[in-house]
Amino acid sequence: MNSETLDTLDNYSKNKYKYGFVTDIDNEKPKKGLNEDTIKFISLKKNEPEWMLDWRLKAFSKWKKIKAPKWANLNFPEIDYQDIYYYSAPKGFDKKPKDLSEVDPKLIETYNKLGIPLEEQKVLAGVAVDVVFDSVSVATTYKGELEKLGIIFCSIGEAIQKYPDLIKKYLGSVIPAGDHSFSALNSAVFTDGSFVYIPEGVKCPMELSTYFRINAENTGQFERTLIIADKGSYVSYLEGCTAPKRDDNQLHAANVELIALEDAEIKYSTVQNWYPGDEDGKGGIYNFVTKRGLCAGKNSKISWTQVETGSAITWKYPSCILKGDNSIGEFYSVAITNNFQQADTGTKMTHIGKNTKSKIISKGISLGKSQNTYRGEVSFLRKADKARNYTQCDSLLVGNKCGAHTVPYIDSKNNTAVIEHEASTSKINEDQLYYCRQRGLSHEEAVSLIVNGFCKQVLQELPMEFAVEAQKLVSISLEGSVG
Amino acid sequence: MFLEIKDLSVKIENKNILKSLNLNISKGEVHAIMGPNGSGKSTLANVLAGKDDYEILDGKINFKDNDLFDLNIEERAQEGMFLAFQYPVEIPGVNITPFLHSAINSKRKRMNKQEIDNLSFAKLLKSKASDLGINIDMLKRSVNTGFSGGEKKRYEILQMSILNPDLAILDETDSGLDIDALKIVTDGVNKLKTKDNSFLIITHYQKLLDYIKPDYVHVMVNGSIVKSGGVEIAAEIEKDGFQKFQ
Repeated sequence: MNSETLDTLDNYSKNKYKYGFVTDIDNEKPKKGLNEDTIKFISLKKNEPEWMLDWRLKAFSKWKKIKAPKWANLNFPEIDYQDIYYYSAPKGFDKKPKDLSEVDPKLIETYNKLGIPLEEQKVLAGVAVDVVFDSVSVATTYKGELEKLGIIFCSIGEAIQKYPDLIKKYLGSVIPAGDHSFSALNSAVFTDGSFVYIPEGVKCPMELSTYFRINAENTGQFERTLIIADKGSYVSYLEGCTAPKRDDNQLHAANVELIALEDAEIKYSTVQNWYPGDEDGKGGIYNFVTKRGLCAGKNSKISWTQVETGSAITWKYPSCILKGDNSIGEFYSVAITNNFQQADTGTKMTHIGKNTKSKIISKGISLGKSQNTYRGEVSFLRKADKARNYTQCDSLLVGNKCGAHTVPYIDSKNNTAVIEHEASTSKINEDQLYYCRQRGLSHEEAVSLIVNGFCKQVLQELPMEFAVEAQKLVSISLEGSVG
Repeated sequence: MFLEIKDLSVKIENKNILKSLNLNISKGEVHAIMGPNGSGKSTLANVLAGKDDYEILDGKINFKDNDLFDLNIEERAQEGMFLAFQYPVEIPGVNITPFLHSAINSKRKRMNKQEIDNLSFAKLLKSKASDLGINIDMLKRSVNTGFSGGEKKRYEILQMSILNPDLAILDETDSGLDIDALKIVTDGVNKLKTKDNSFLIITHYQKLLDYIKPDYVHVMVNGSIVKSGGVEIAAEIEKDGFQKFQ
């Protein structure tokens, strides 16, 4: 990297996180700290039935016994779980607003700033949005239209009230509370999130979307999302996230469970842009997310696509359990780290059924002094005859103070399994930059073009509206220092 | 003067490559520079384009009333300088249509012209490609990625015809081309030639000059131009080699 490249990259404005504003709204919080009282407070606030509180308390007792995982290539101080607020709602949210006129105008202004108009008519054509602000779900657009098809799209809080049978059957069925420390934590204190049920044979005609925002200080966000695609149904779901700039680290530990029954398909796309911290590594979100999908039925398919650009720390492995015969799991990922960001992300593909297939495409881009790790596990169980996996991991380094790491694990108990693995690491190439600039493109345009080209295989998996957004986000994420 | 190179001395990693080089090119002229390997021909091309690796020790370059050293790489390109590379680099994942579209618009922006929209550009690209005998399928591929040597060179000429430069520098464009590819490439250059643009053709062999007729031929040896004249010099070199100029 020559000096001009460094200068130009350096001259991108240092701190362009444009979602870093704070909305000044009175919040209602319990006392800081994690204990049974906190959990009872949350359950009470959400007016939950007894069985739900029991479920939470059981998870909490498991959490107390489990140590946080330490195997990731991440370096951060121990999290003080007693120094966090576990519930934060704009005041007056005890009763959910019936329509937008009952919502605090400041909140609406926030979403407008984020570019998400709540009013249905302004919503991107065909995208139904559920918005989670700190801990409560604010509004779900397009509800009426979806209801006609029998599709349920609401906050998980509402689903607990209205659809207890589905919740009891599926919540925690893919990610058991006691799976690991963060799943136990989430199960104990989750506040809101989305619930989706697509009935048998229904192809959801629009992209369903949730938008998460952490606003209040010292608050953790623990959302829980549950998506069930019944036999022969299809749904494409998107989530986006932002948070204000703060000097302290904030904790985000979400759980997302997907269940695809026979012949069903779920496509889950994430654009994660939590506040990454400043160029000195101060502040930023600690993002410990568990996402797991179960291909329960024959010929079912679950596809994860993620563009990870934010967070100080990312710990995230969207996984697929391929239980049904002929089921398919896919994972497409772009992870960009800049400044002092650390990402340890990848996937787990567990082949149980016959003829199951999985595909992993991971693109890691490291800039600044960041560390970017791909960690993946592909396993074939004894009965997974003729199962196949294809894995491709590519890393791109920009500058010479960052790191890229690839940690693939493969475990096969069936000798008919076919496994392909390709990996590459490269540096952004001066000759490519020179070539682009000789054609008249600016240095910034050239870098952005080359990186977008590097990620193309993944970005093209995103739904249209998101793909353009993601390309812009990729360009923005390249801004900042390179040392 | 359109392009004026005066007493240019350049070094790279403590090695002097160009030594007091002088060259003037007027509008509408075709100049050829011939010289043995290592004489500094490609260095000259890259110094004109603005590549960073070189240290300018002395001299001046004037291009269209600009001090060339005041302009960075992309500004020179936007001012109408085009370099057809000897070894075009592959850029995986970057489709050539949006790539060239951005390139032409950055040039138009500098000239305060309106940007060209997607549809008009697609049409322009298709027609230029078919003029050069380039298959439409090639336009769907990533920049230079997986192209053969001949395809890469043809693609350079396509870019040139889209960007329509005032000064086109062809750095050993003939190297690695078979006769058919050479014809297509040189045809493209001849079609583009007008009285308002100029060409600087760098070549090792005389063969290229059978297809493109230069107004002037310069012999470059050891970092300076040792002889200038008409096409007859090329014939001289073909017969006797560069020996007698050294």
